[in-house]
Amino acid sequence: MSEPTVPHEPVLSVANLAIELPAGADRLYAVEHVSFDIHRGETLAIVGESGSGKSMSANAVMGLLPPGTRAAQGTAKLDGIDLLRLDAEAMRAIRGRRIGMIFQEPMTALDPLMRIGDQIAEVFEAHGLLAPAERRARALALLTEVGIPEPERAIHAYPFQLSGGQRQRVVIAMALALDPVLLIADEPTTALDVTTQAQILKLIRELQDKHGTAVMFITHDFGVVADIADRVVVMSKGRVVETGAAADVLGAPQDAYTRQLIAAIPTGRPAAGDGPRKAAGETVLEVRGLTKTYRSAGGFFRPARVVHAVRDVSFDLARGETLGVVGESGSGKSSLGRCLVRLIEPDAGSIRLNGQETMGQSVGEMRIWRRRMQMVFQDPYGSLNPRTRVGRIVAEGPIAAGMPIGAALKKAGDLLALVGLDASAVDRFPHEFSGGQRQRIGIARALALDPEIIIADEAVSALDVSIQAQVLRLLADLKTRLDLALIFITHDLRVAATICDKVAVMRKGEVVEMGPAAQVFGDPQHEYTRRLIAAIPGRAEGDAFGARAAAI
Amino acid sequence: MQTLQFLLSRLAKGILVVLAIVVLDFVLIHLAPGDPASVMAGESGATDEAFVQQLRVKFGLDQPFTTQLGLYIWGVVRLDLGFSHRQQMPVLDLVLDRLPATLLLTGAAFVFSLTVGVVMGAWAAAHKGRPLDRIITTVSLVFYATPLFWMALMAVLIFSVWLDWLPAFGLYDVGGNATLGERALDVARHLVLPAVTLGLFFTAVYVRMTRASMIEVARQDFVKTLRAKGLSERVILRRHVLRNAVLPVVTLAGVQAGQMVGGAVMTETVFAWPGIGRLMYEALIQRDYNLLLGVFVVSAAMVVVFNILTDLVYRMVDPRIEVSR
Amino acid sequence: MKAFWSRFRRHKAAVAGLVVVLLVVAIAIAAPYFYPVSPWKMVQRPFLPPFANPAVPLGTDTLGRNVASGLAYGARVSLLIGTVSTLVALAVGVPIGALAGYFGGVVDDVLMRFTEFFQTVPSFALAIVLVAIFQPSLFSIIIAIAIVGWPPVARLVRGEVMAQRQREYVEAAILAGQSHLTIITRQILPNVVSPIVVLASLMVASAILLESSLSFLGLGDPSIMSWGYMIGAARTVVRQAWWLSVFPGVAILISVLALNLVGEGLAEALDPRSSRDQA
Repeated sequence: MSEPTVPHEPVLSVANLAIELPAGADRLYAVEHVSFDIHRGETLAIVGESGSGKSMSANAVMGLLPPGTRAAQGTAKLDGIDLLRLDAEAMRAIRGRRIGMIFQEPMTALDPLMRIGDQIAEVFEAHGLLAPAERRARALALLTEVGIPEPERAIHAYPFQLSGGQRQRVVIAMALALDPVLLIADEPTTALDVTTQAQILKLIRELQDKHGTAVMFITHDFGVVADIADRVVVMSKGRVVETGAAADVLGAPQDAYTRQLIAAIPTGRPAAGDGPRKAAGETVLEVRGLTKTYRSAGGFFRPARVVHAVRDVSFDLARGETLGVVGESGSGKSSLGRCLVRLIEPDAGSIRLNGQETMGQSVGEMRIWRRRMQMVFQDPYGSLNPRTRVGRIVAEGPIAAGMPIGAALKKAGDLLALVGLDASAVDRFPHEFSGGQRQRIGIARALALDPEIIIADEAVSALDVSIQAQVLRLLADLKTRLDLALIFITHDLRVAATICDKVAVMRKGEVVEMGPAAQVFGDPQHEYTRRLIAAIPGRAEGDAFGARAAAI
Repeated sequence: MQTLQFLLSRLAKGILVVLAIVVLDFVLIHLAPGDPASVMAGESGATDEAFVQQLRVKFGLDQPFTTQLGLYIWGVVRLDLGFSHRQQMPVLDLVLDRLPATLLLTGAAFVFSLTVGVVMGAWAAAHKGRPLDRIITTVSLVFYATPLFWMALMAVLIFSVWLDWLPAFGLYDVGGNATLGERALDVARHLVLPAVTLGLFFTAVYVRMTRASMIEVARQDFVKTLRAKGLSERVILRRHVLRNAVLPVVTLAGVQAGQMVGGAVMTETVFAWPGIGRLMYEALIQRDYNLLLGVFVVSAAMVVVFNILTDLVYRMVDPRIEVSR
Repeated sequence: MKAFWSRFRRHKAAVAGLVVVLLVVAIAIAAPYFYPVSPWKMVQRPFLPPFANPAVPLGTDTLGRNVASGLAYGARVSLLIGTVSTLVALAVGVPIGALAGYFGGVVDDVLMRFTEFFQTVPSFALAIVLVAIFQPSLFSIIIAIAIVGWPPVARLVRGEVMAQRQREYVEAAILAGQSHLTIITRQILPNVVSPIVVLASLMVASAILLESSLSFLGLGDPSIMSWGYMIGAARTVVRQAWWLSVFPGVAILISVLALNLVGEGLAEALDPRSSRDQA
């Protein structure tokens, strides 16, 4: 399929692109003055935080802009043809044939009611290629090529029978079925676990090398950029702020915003300037043999299923200490946190708070000691009640504990100031705040009952990297000032390595390895820990910036 | 194998529901006005207290409440739904005699409303926001808001009285010497008005459900993948969106079946259709509570059976259920 | 509130529906002032066609009763039964749904089996049986309509509460030490009000339809003039006196339609996501 192209003639050339938003939006254009080129066999990464317009630009090239928006200015030339001027039918002929695309959410990217093989064969059908029998054979070959185990069986499978990583492989197979000159990958690994992410990135790279496809890779993750990109476009608020070779942009960023972004990336090393760590204070929490098992009710005719959410977990936590709990999705790390505060009732084990056993206590007693162990949640939107004023949200705990409402609201105001919010925040509703501000409100709420232990469950995972850094600093600062013990649950090993003293690595409900952060990351003993660390994108021997950047 | 297991557990559940309905039924009979024995005595013309007492003993009405309940359930298990003293026939015989007409009517109305509803709903969704969509949704809203019995009356008035196109009452006209084809045609002609009026309300329901479901599915992620593959909008809509959108409509249609039995009471009453709905109306007018509750139990059992059938169909259509449940 | 009204106003059909509903309410309230004479009383010769006599603009029925007066008084019954039965159904359905959705597990199983039972039983047939057994009266009709009306409420509330229950603010409230009752009433239910309001407006419409059907079958309260009764009484003379069935039918149709339009408008004004679709 590959045709002779003049060297250095770009496969795709976007010039001065502007995308108009529907009337009544907060600004006229979603993106403006966007220009970039992609060459054959090259990977161009478009990096930016949420709302930067990176996905919009990709959708414009694909002719898949959401209703109400349109490409108002500029050109997007694919081998000399301006895609923005094509009619619907001509654009349809290009989609799938000349440009392939893969998406963020593999779980929902496939028609749930159609067999995998048929969905792949449909690509050929859409472009009137091959006879039905040949389509089937090609589908099988493609499944083999993208590394699906047992392709003969997978071809008959429905999407729900495949894992997220396997589904993403199927989407890649469909995108590359007709050997397109350009592949657009819109955050294709963001929804995947880190080890799966590494496999998918490797697959994309291999296929690209084999077919010489140009890849436009949209991501928010500089680690991934370091792994995969030849050149980088950095976007912010709908504009391109920096373009250049990956090594240059990552190693010596010119633009202030890019510099700020790169500085905000967790380094994976203990934060500098923290000084020598204090010797740990007295032990506040002793956990022994904590276990939670879920048994799905089998009923008359079905066999029961057993899932070990938390399995025989033991650890100690001292005042002033940060314990990181890391693991992939389904590892039980969130269940562990919820077992500690008894949002989930453990089946067995012992939880001693300041030497006092908390298991087997009455509901009333539990309400008292639970004040000493509070939680910061993951979802900046779901964790605050949209119908309650922020002051009241923070004050609920003290009020429930018997404090008069006036005093509780005053305390709430003080705490909001402590986490860096304006005093007027008390009377406002959560929707008036940004994601990072909402996490600050969540932290203020956790502090309202003067706890000794804070459990932060993926507390920064939903935030953009620059905001993430601020919230992490706030947490570390509060920990020192208030002499708290912190349990930090995260899937992001770089974050854990940056702020934790001790780390526990979990898999399938079990702690497979636990020790001082430097030791676990520097000299991992368990095979699973080693795999996790190896999969961190952009990583080369303890450094956040990757092999490629270094090699170029 | 799994389907068999599913069927068994579903049947067990259905039997429990029917049992609960029978208990409810029994409670209601006891709450019905008048002591059954005196009612019976009154009907046979005797008011003698000794005779009433005799009847009480005979029908077990002097037994404790739970014993009577047990006897009643045992009766239902043996398919004995009691005796209609007005019509001097066992309730079950009366109901079974009328059941085929109702099955014909509700079956026709169901097929009509589901077909027209899904087609119209899909059509409206495909033209979302455009005039065709407005027309379909407005018309269906009007049918949704129209009382069934009134629609039936108006249908009689317009199509039968004024235009004289279709017969308004009964199941058939032709005599015994007609051929089978003539009979079928005759019944079909009688079926049109009742089935369509009964079906229109449900058509409106299915139009709205299908349209909403289509719009919901069209917003899902996988539709974007389909566009990225280069599929045409027509193929996306017909092969993917419609298929995904119809599944929930089918489930809900199964749940709606119970409503259709209720609708049949109105329709059969207006069109003098000799089904169990009409029988219910007659029992109501004659204050024949045994018969009334008998019809109620049978219609509820019918709905349970129908729900099991829809679940089975759903299982066969949706591949996800086979393994995950 | 202001934002809500401006969103609602954009939906012209809903505004028209609201106007009609208010008009029907006004007629219901004003009925005794316009027609001080009982609607059951004979005022003219029977079978007087409509538009023949300005005093009885919509004609008279088989017994010479004023059809217009019957319509005005019928509005009272329809609205009364529609609203009260809906309130009763909400009073049953909301707590059941909220408890099932909040606690899940066994509580949910038990409550939902109970709800499913009432959903499986053919609802109109059940309403007929209940009213017949307890004798037709305003009270028995309202209770019967509420009994067949609450299961959808319970299911809706359960689903919504379950979705809210997953949200982390509920976990935060538990950690803050709030009781389950406080969490359900003060934290969760305020977030579930919108869909309940929408459903309630549609339920009033269904209740009016159901009441008219019962009255049509002769199961109305014998001392109250209602639209369904008027049509039922005129059924046998539909060939001679079309107006006796047409006018009350149109009254039902318009009221129910208007309530449905209001419900759709509410749904769109309360859920911004759906209002965008209509644009």
